[in-house]
Amino acid sequence: METDAPLVRVEGLGKTFGTGEAAVPALADVTLQVAAGEVVGLRGPSGSGKSTLLNIIACILEPSAGRLRLGGETVWDGAYRVADLRRLRRERIGFIFQFHNLLPFLTAVDNVALAMTLLGTELAAARARARALLDYLQVGRRAEAMPARLSGGEAQRVAIARALANRPRVILADEPTAALDSERARVVMDLLRQVAQDQQAAILVVTHDEKIFDRFDRMIALRDGRIEAAG
Amino acid sequence: MNLAFADIRHRLGRFLMTCVGLGLLMAVALSMVGIYQGVVAEALALTRSLRADLWVVESGTRGPFAEASRIPGDVREMIARVPGVDAAGAITLRTAEMRAPQGLLRAQVMGYEPGRPGGPAAIESGRGLGGARFEMVADARARLPLGAMVTLGGDRYRVVGTTRGLVASGGDPLVFIQLRDSQELQFKLAPPAARRALAAGSSAGGTDTINAVVAQLSPAADPDAVAETVRRWKHLAALTDAEQGELLTRSVVNRARVQLGMFTVVLLFVSAVIITLIIYTMTMDKLREIATLKLIGAPDRTIVGLVLQQAMLLGVAGYAAAIAIVFMTRGLFPRTVALGPAEVAMMAGVIGGICILGSLASIRAALRIEPQQALGG
Ligand SMILES: Nc1ncnc2c1ncn2[C@@H]1O[C@H](COP(=O)(O)OP(=O)(O)OP(=O)(O)O)[C@@H](O)[C@H]1O
Ligand SMILES: [Mg+2]
Repeated sequence: METDAPLVRVEGLGKTFGTGEAAVPALADVTLQVAAGEVVGLRGPSGSGKSTLLNIIACILEPSAGRLRLGGETVWDGAYRVADLRRLRRERIGFIFQFHNLLPFLTAVDNVALAMTLLGTELAAARARARALLDYLQVGRRAEAMPARLSGGEAQRVAIARALANRPRVILADEPTAALDSERARVVMDLLRQVAQDQQAAILVVTHDEKIFDRFDRMIALRDGRIEAAG
Repeated sequence: MNLAFADIRHRLGRFLMTCVGLGLLMAVALSMVGIYQGVVAEALALTRSLRADLWVVESGTRGPFAEASRIPGDVREMIARVPGVDAAGAITLRTAEMRAPQGLLRAQVMGYEPGRPGGPAAIESGRGLGGARFEMVADARARLPLGAMVTLGGDRYRVVGTTRGLVASGGDPLVFIQLRDSQELQFKLAPPAARRALAAGSSAGGTDTINAVVAQLSPAADPDAVAETVRRWKHLAALTDAEQGELLTRSVVNRARVQLGMFTVVLLFVSAVIITLIIYTMTMDKLREIATLKLIGAPDRTIVGLVLQQAMLLGVAGYAAAIAIVFMTRGLFPRTVALGPAEVAMMAGVIGGICILGSLASIRAALRIEPQQALGG
């Protein structure tokens, strides 16, 4: 793989929800890149299109216009789209959702291990790595708890462990620190920086939290679906 | 890890409640299959246990179970002399109400001559009829204990033995008395006008009228050939045991059989609709979880597996409950609930099929769930 090519490359991306009278333009002409090893922040007022952008990069939403390439593979290009978006998601992308989205019927450790077994990892090995990740995120002692018994911050960290489980090259996070106190928010951000370094991953994080702005290599600001400032 | 199992364990109480409800429904369907089989089995048990190779009845009738048949008593001797016939016995058959210790009892009363064909092949308790008059052998279904006194046609009979599984097509238990007693009974229970005619000797054969002759053939004899011989007497008809069995299951109990069969089909259809709805509800309750699975990249096979395995678990647990319920309650039914391994296995197959078919709509819906549906609060 070309190491210097950006892992995430978005060009002229647009997204309109609905059609005709009811059409809501959420994104217009968004172009950005995130290179391997880079941790980039995405900010903007509520409704500016941050989640929409992240969901398109995560292959969850279909864009209305523009192009998306992930690690050299074209995902969207006008009429073209990769046939199996879910394969792309489980193999390449770690997504930390705005609401943690853990499966309520699996323990914390199995929520993390599941992501690995979907890629064919042996259950025992998957659980071992899941435990190690949970320990690292300081929720190891809650490994056997069901999600309903976790606090918001604990659940968020389990979700982070799940996103990191398969060592994805692209990590997308929608307000991962919203449910955490500033101490833990810093721990999570340091971890993400570490992962970016170790795995040469491209990381894009939506955040409102000014206390952690200094943890990003650069910030991108969205307003009304357009890039306002790149720094 | 198994997602289907984990999810069920997560809401175990609800799942168990569903299984019990479904179990009751399947129990009804399974009982119907047993009742259906029971009607057929009971009809056949009757001819089997009389060990008759040939039934000789009135010409133009298919008696004595399907139609009324009256022939003179001396036919027995004629039949006994037919080549190939080992033994022949005269029988009478009529429905009568009797006064038993526990109240009025309706039964099919069969008269035969002890020592000749026509009596029960096996006695469960007590003994068979002896030489004494006014003795009775009753089927267990009549719930008459040994030694019980029963009033029938003004006479008091003593129960000396019991049989098992001998019931008429309507479900009435069979009781056996001596031919002589039964012929007198026939006379006593006949309407007054007919009785006067009989007493005056105007009717052919007088009181020595029987309903059929039961013949046992020698092992070498061909039942169809002997039947042919008998049919040469213009006033007689003959049915082989195979024909009698066919008649009992097809003609005599046919209405009941078809009725029960139809009802079983209706019940299976209702079960199929309810199972389909339950699986659909179970799946839609997991809409968010299924969307989440898609978000983290789970392939369709994982999602299909989840729905299908839960449907099968539901079917297995519900059917297990149904079997437990049916086998605990079958003794309470007034008629035979005939369920063997074959019926239980057949129903398992049907329910398995229903579960798979019932999952199809849910699988379709689950595959259509968009991953975005898991996003947002
Ligand atoms: N499924 C949808 N259908 C219609 N409109 C939508 C849909 N999802 C988002 N929108 C609209 O698109 C715009 C961008 O929404 P988006 O969720 O991306 O904002 P956001 O920047 O993530 O906001 P927040 O900070 O509140 O999470 C909003 O106007 C929103 O109402
Ligand atoms: Mg958002």
